[in-house]
Amino acid sequence: MGALDLAIKLKDRFGILISEPKEFRGEITVVLSDSDVIAEVCAFAKGTLGFDFLTDISSVDNYGSDPRWTLVYHLYGYEHHCALRLKTNVSEELSELNTVTTVWRTADWHEREIYDMMGIRFRGHPDLRRILMWEGYPYFPLRKDFPLAGKPSTMPEVAFSKRAPLEGGPFVTVAGGKDTILREPRSRDQQATVEEAVVSAKPKNPPGPMAAATEGK
Amino acid sequence: MPTQEIQYPDPTTRVADAAASDDLPDMHGEKMVLNMGPSHPATHGVLRVVLELDGEIITKATPDIGYLHRGDEKIAENMTYTQFIPYTDRLDYLAPLANNVAYALAVEKLMGIDKALPPRCQYIRVICCELARISAHLLGLGSFAMDVGALTVFLFTFTEREKIYNLIEALTGARFTTTYTRIGGLSRDLPPGWVGQCRNFLDEVVLNIDETEKLLSRNRIFVDRTRDVGFISRADAIDFGLTGPNLRGSGVEFDMRKNHPYLVYDQLEFDIPIGSAGDCYDRYLVRIEEMRQSVRILRQCLDKIPGGADNPSKEPVDIPDGKTVLPSKYKVLTSMEELIHQFILVTQGVNALPGEIYFGAENPKGELGFYINSKGGGTPYRLKIRSPSFCNLSILSHIMPGHMVSDTVSIFGSLDFVMGECDR
Repeated sequence: MGALDLAIKLKDRFGILISEPKEFRGEITVVLSDSDVIAEVCAFAKGTLGFDFLTDISSVDNYGSDPRWTLVYHLYGYEHHCALRLKTNVSEELSELNTVTTVWRTADWHEREIYDMMGIRFRGHPDLRRILMWEGYPYFPLRKDFPLAGKPSTMPEVAFSKRAPLEGGPFVTVAGGKDTILREPRSRDQQATVEEAVVSAKPKNPPGPMAAATEGK
Repeated sequence: MPTQEIQYPDPTTRVADAAASDDLPDMHGEKMVLNMGPSHPATHGVLRVVLELDGEIITKATPDIGYLHRGDEKIAENMTYTQFIPYTDRLDYLAPLANNVAYALAVEKLMGIDKALPPRCQYIRVICCELARISAHLLGLGSFAMDVGALTVFLFTFTEREKIYNLIEALTGARFTTTYTRIGGLSRDLPPGWVGQCRNFLDEVVLNIDETEKLLSRNRIFVDRTRDVGFISRADAIDFGLTGPNLRGSGVEFDMRKNHPYLVYDQLEFDIPIGSAGDCYDRYLVRIEEMRQSVRILRQCLDKIPGGADNPSKEPVDIPDGKTVLPSKYKVLTSMEELIHQFILVTQGVNALPGEIYFGAENPKGELGFYINSKGGGTPYRLKIRSPSFCNLSILSHIMPGHMVSDTVSIFGSLDFVMGECDR
C-alpha cells in the first residue's frame, strides 16, 4: 500500500475536512481544513493507518495573507514505510490549536519550538514553555515581521549584572584594564622584589562598568 | 544600558524546585536539585539538565537547551540556497560533510534534479557521508568511553580522526568547515592520489576499531557502567522520535540508506546493525559495527567509482547545466552565455520551483531532515531543519529518572548528541 492509498483512506474517514491528496516530487500532501480536529486526525492516522512515527512538525508564516499560520506535520510509518505530509491552517486571531502530544510524545519539543519561534499556542500541551530562546524573551523571532538583525528589548545585555566574585582580583581581566602580565610582574621579571609583587598584585583597577551600573541603581 | 537583576534561581530551576517541594518529603527523604551544565565536560557542549535527586537517585530530569541557538532557520530565509551551505557545516560540526550532502540533496530534490546527478558525484558524496560517519562515531565513542573512565580509548580514536581530517583537508581544503557540496555538484573532484591515501586509512582504521572494541566490549568497568543503563524500549524510541544508532540500538531495523536509498546506496552492500536490549551498551555496539559497515561501503565506493581514482576519462562531477552549477572560470571569461549564467547564479541563486519538499538523510546522529517551502526564486520561504539530536534529547526526561547521578554521563555519551545541531 502506498502513501497515496493511505491518504485516500484518511480522506474517506474525514470527508470534506481533508483535501484531495497532492503529489510533488514523490511526496503526498493533504490539507486539513479545520485545525480543531488535528488531534483526532493524527490519532486516526497513528492508530488505524499505522503512522507511528512523527518525523517533524514545522510552521510557516504566510505573512500578509490569511490565514497566517500553516502547521506542517510529517508522518511516517515503520510498518508500511510510507510518509505523509499533513497541513493545516490557523488564523492569526486564533493562533492556537490542539496539541498532538497525546498521540506522539515527540511532539512535545516540536510544539514548544513552534511556540517559541512563531508564537502559536497548543491547547493541552503539558509544558508549553520557550525552548530555544530564554524565558521572558518578548518576541517570536521566526515570524516574517521580525527583522533579521533583531529588535531592541528591555532585557539586559549581559546575563549577570551583579559584581562577579573575583572582580578586581589579581587573576581577573577587566576590559580596558591591565593584562595579566602587567598585573603579575613576577612571572616575567625575576629581579622584582617580593614587596613590589605584593603591591602590584593588589587590585588597583576601578570597579568595572557593570558594577558601577549596579551600584547606581 | 538597562540593567536588571537576573533572578536566581532561574525559571527552570524554580520549576524543578517547586515540583520537588510538594512531594511526600517523609517517604522519599529530602530532595535536592542539582544543576548540571551548561558548561560540563560530560554534556558535550552546552546542554543543561536540572536534576532532582533523592540521595543519589534521579527522580526528575529537566533538560534545558538553546544555549547554542543561532537562528539558522531565520538566516536561511534571507540568503540564497548556495549561501546557506556553510551554515550546514555548523549544524553537526562533527560530521560537516554529511550535513553538506544532506542539504544539497534536499535542494536538489526541490529542484527535481537529484536523479540527474552524475554517477561520480554520487559516489564521492557517499564517500563523504561515510567518512563523516566514521569520524563522528570515533569521537562519540572516544568521549563516551572517556566519560565513563576509559581515557585510553579517546587517544586511540583521536589518532584515527586526525587521519580523517587530513583526508578531508586534502579533499575540501578545510579540516572542519568543509562546505564541499554545491547545488548540483561538488566544489571540486578528488585530488590526485587521494584514493590511495583513503585505502591506506581504511586498512589502518579497521585495526583501530578492533583495538577499541578489545578495550571496551569486555571491559568489566565499561560493561558494568553501560549495560542495563539508559534502557529505551522499542515503542518509546519510536514514540519519542529517536533516529539513527539510538533507534537501531532499541531494535528497530530502520536506516534511510536501506529503506529509502538516496545517492548510490542501493548499489552498495552493507548491513544494518541493530541492538536487542536498547541500553547504553547496545548503542555502543551498534556504533562500533556501523563503523565497520562504513569501511565496507567506502571500499566498494573506491573500487566502483566511475572514472577511477584520478579520473583520466574526465567524468563530470557537476550537473552539466549552466543554470544550476557555476560554469568554469575560463568559460565565464571567454563566453557570453556562461558569463550571464554566472551573473544570474551569483546574484539571484538557483531558481527553484514553488513547492515544498522534505528530505531526510541518514547522518551519524540520526535522520537529518530539511523541510523546504519555496515560493520560487533563489531563496527558501521557510527552511526547517529536523535535527536528530533535538529529537534524541527529548527522551532524556523520560529515561533519566531512577538512575544514579553517575549514570547520566553514560546516558549522555551513549545518546551521542551535538548541541550545534540541537539548538541550530
